[in-house]
Amino acid sequence: MQSTSKQFKDNAHHALNDATLQRALLNVKTGFQEKRAQVVAGLPEFEALRDTGRDIKNHVLANLDFYLERFEENVTANGGHVHWCRTPAEAREKILEICKRREAKTVTKGKSMVAEEIGLNEYLEENGVEPIETDLGEYIIQLRHEPPSHIIAPAIHVTREQIAEDFRREHTDLDPNRRLEEPRDFTDEARAKLRDRYFAADVGITGANFLIAETGSTVIVTNEGNGDMTQLLGKAHVVIASLEKIVPTLEDASTILRLLARSATGQEMSVYTSFSTGPRRSEDMDGPEEFHVVLLDNGRSAMLGTEFQDMLRCIRCAACMNHCPVYAAVGGHAYGWVYPGPMGSVLTPSLIGVEEAGHLPNASTFCGRCESVCPMRIPLPKMMRHYRQREHEKGLNPQKARAGLALWSYFATRPGLYRLATRIASGLLGRLGKVNGRFTSLPLASGWTSVRDLPAPEGRTFHDLYRERQAKGGRA
Amino acid sequence: MSARDDILGSIRKSLGRGPLTGEPAAQLHQRLAQPQRNLIPDRTAGRDTEGLTAQFADKSREVACTVDEVDSLDAVPEAVRAYLSRENLPARVVQAPALAQGPDGGLDWSKTPTLEVKTGTSDGSEDTSVTPVFAAVAETGTLMLTSDTATPTGLNFLPENHIAVVRRSQVVGPLEDAWGRFRAARAKAGGAGPEDGFVMPRTVNLITGPSRTGDIEQKIQMGAHGPRRLHVIIVAD
Repeated sequence: MQSTSKQFKDNAHHALNDATLQRALLNVKTGFQEKRAQVVAGLPEFEALRDTGRDIKNHVLANLDFYLERFEENVTANGGHVHWCRTPAEAREKILEICKRREAKTVTKGKSMVAEEIGLNEYLEENGVEPIETDLGEYIIQLRHEPPSHIIAPAIHVTREQIAEDFRREHTDLDPNRRLEEPRDFTDEARAKLRDRYFAADVGITGANFLIAETGSTVIVTNEGNGDMTQLLGKAHVVIASLEKIVPTLEDASTILRLLARSATGQEMSVYTSFSTGPRRSEDMDGPEEFHVVLLDNGRSAMLGTEFQDMLRCIRCAACMNHCPVYAAVGGHAYGWVYPGPMGSVLTPSLIGVEEAGHLPNASTFCGRCESVCPMRIPLPKMMRHYRQREHEKGLNPQKARAGLALWSYFATRPGLYRLATRIASGLLGRLGKVNGRFTSLPLASGWTSVRDLPAPEGRTFHDLYRERQAKGGRA
Repeated sequence: MSARDDILGSIRKSLGRGPLTGEPAAQLHQRLAQPQRNLIPDRTAGRDTEGLTAQFADKSREVACTVDEVDSLDAVPEAVRAYLSRENLPARVVQAPALAQGPDGGLDWSKTPTLEVKTGTSDGSEDTSVTPVFAAVAETGTLMLTSDTATPTGLNFLPENHIAVVRRSQVVGPLEDAWGRFRAARAKAGGAGPEDGFVMPRTVNLITGPSRTGDIEQKIQMGAHGPRRLHVIIVAD
C-alpha cells in the first residue's frame, strides 16, 4: 500500500471537515470505550494479567528464534508448511505460487492486517486471482475500494446510508424494493451473498492472532465466524502472520486471550477462537487439504534490541486508537498507511521508515491514554517521543518547527534569561488581556487562535507563584 | 542464504547472541514440555460441579445463548424438539456422528418421530445442528469443540442454529482446566501421559455465544456468518 503518511496534516484537515466521517466516528466512544470499561471492571485480576501478558511477550521476544523454530517443527510434524518471507514481495509471491499451483480462481479471506501490509488483494487481482473479503467490515470496504480505517472495525468510518449505496451499486441482482436501512438488513444480505463464495473458494486465507510454538497451531479470533468458514471450506488454508505473533503454549495464549477481547470489543471472549493445526486428517469429514503458514518479517527482526522492541508485544486489540482523542477526531485514513492510531504512529515509521512516516508520532497530545489502556503495557508515548527525536535529528521536521525549537531551547537552557523573558511576556499579555480574559488573535500564535481563543495569563509566571507559596511555607 | 536463515540470523544479530544451546535451550524446551499455568482469575475458584454448572449457564446466557437443563441423555431428543417448536424452527436437525454412536448407543430419537434427523456434517443447507462438546468453560460460558471423524467442524458454523449438548461432568472452571483435560484425553499412544506429548486435532473451536458483528455503526447484530442461535442443553449426568 502506498503511504500518504507524509500528508498527515492535509489528511487530518480533510477528515475534520468531512461531516459524514465525523458522524461515523461518534460510534467509537459508545461502541468501544464504555464496553471496555465495563468488562474490565468485572475482572479484578485485569491489571495483574496485563503484567503477565507483558512478561510472556517479553520472554518470547528474547527467545524469538527458538520459538519460531519449534513452531516450524510442529507445523511440519502435523503435515503443514512454513514459508519464511523477508519482505512483503516474498510473501505475496509465495501466496500467489500456492494459488497458481491449485489453479485458484477465487480465494476467500478472513480479516488480516498483515495481508493489508503486503498489499495482497491488489497483487492477487493483478495476477488473475479474485480475493473475496468475508469479514462484514472488510467486505464493505472492498466494495468501496478503500483500505480499512481501524484494525478491528475496518468500516467504522462508513455510515449505513453509504453502505446502502454501495450494496445497491455492487449487488446488481438486488431487488430495488428490498429494504436496506437497519444493520440487520445489511448483515443478512452479506451473509447470503458470501455463502456460496466460501464453498467455491479454492484457497482460504486468514491472518493469525497467535502462533503456538508448542503445537504448531495458528489461532484466529473472530465474532462473525467468517474466518472459520474461510479456513474450513477453502481447499487449501494459507495463514499469513508476522513473526511476533508467537506464544509458547496453549496456556500462554489463554492468558493473553483474557486481555484481548476485553481490550478490543469489551467482550470477555470473542465468539470464535479457533486453533488450526495442519490439514484435514485422513479420517476427517471436512477441512482443507493443505495448510501453509507464511511467516513475514518485514523489518520486525531489526526492531528487536532497539528502543522500539516493546512495540512487538502488540496484540492488535485497537484499545489505543479507541481511546485516542486524535484518532477520534480524524479517523484512521488520515494516518496514511495500514496501521492507524497510536500503535500505527510507532509501527509505521518502524516498518516503512522515518523518512516516510516520521511525522505520525507528532499526531499525539501525549495525553497517555493509549498506554493506560494497552493490555501489553506498551509505552507508546515514550516511543513516539523517540521517533520525534529521530525526525529532528534527521532534519525531517519543517524549518519553522526547527527554528521554534532552537529558539525555545536557547531560552530553556538559560534559566535566568528564561525567567526574565517569561515574566515580561506574562506581564505584558496579562495587561493586554485583562479586559476580555482571552485573545482572539495574537501574532505568532495564529495556529492556535484561528480555531479557538487563547486564555490570557493572569500576569505572573509559574516560577513566581511557586516561590511565593514556598516562602509562605505552603505545599508546592 | 535462504530467507529462513536470513530471518533467524537477523533476530540473533538484534538480540546480540547466536543460537541458543545448552542450559538456556534446555530450560525453554522444559517450558514447552511441561506448560505452566499463569495467573488464573479467581471467579471459578472453590465451586463444585453444581456451582460451576450454574456459573456456566449464567455466563452462557450473558453471551446470548439459551440454556436448557435435562436429567439425562434420554431427555435430549425431546428437549431438541421442544426448543425447535418454541423457536418456530423447522423440525429438522443434523447431528454429529458422535451423538449417533456414543458410549450408550447414541441418542434415541425414536420418541420424537416428528423430527427429521440426519447424521453427518453440514453442506450449508441444514437449519439446525446438534453436537457434543469436549468441554464447557464456566469462566466465560465458552464451549470447547474438537474436530474428529465423528465431530466434523462444519456443524459448528454452517447451520443457522447450533444446539450443543453439554454433560455436567464436562463443565470446568477456567480455560486452563479444559486444556488440562484436553492434553490428558489426547495423550500420544504409548506415552506415559500428557507430558509425553499429545495429538492436536486439526481444529479446536472455542465458541462463546452465537455469531455476531458490530461492523455496521457498532450496532451488534447476531448471525453474521455463523449460527444465529446457540442453544445449550446441559445434561445432569
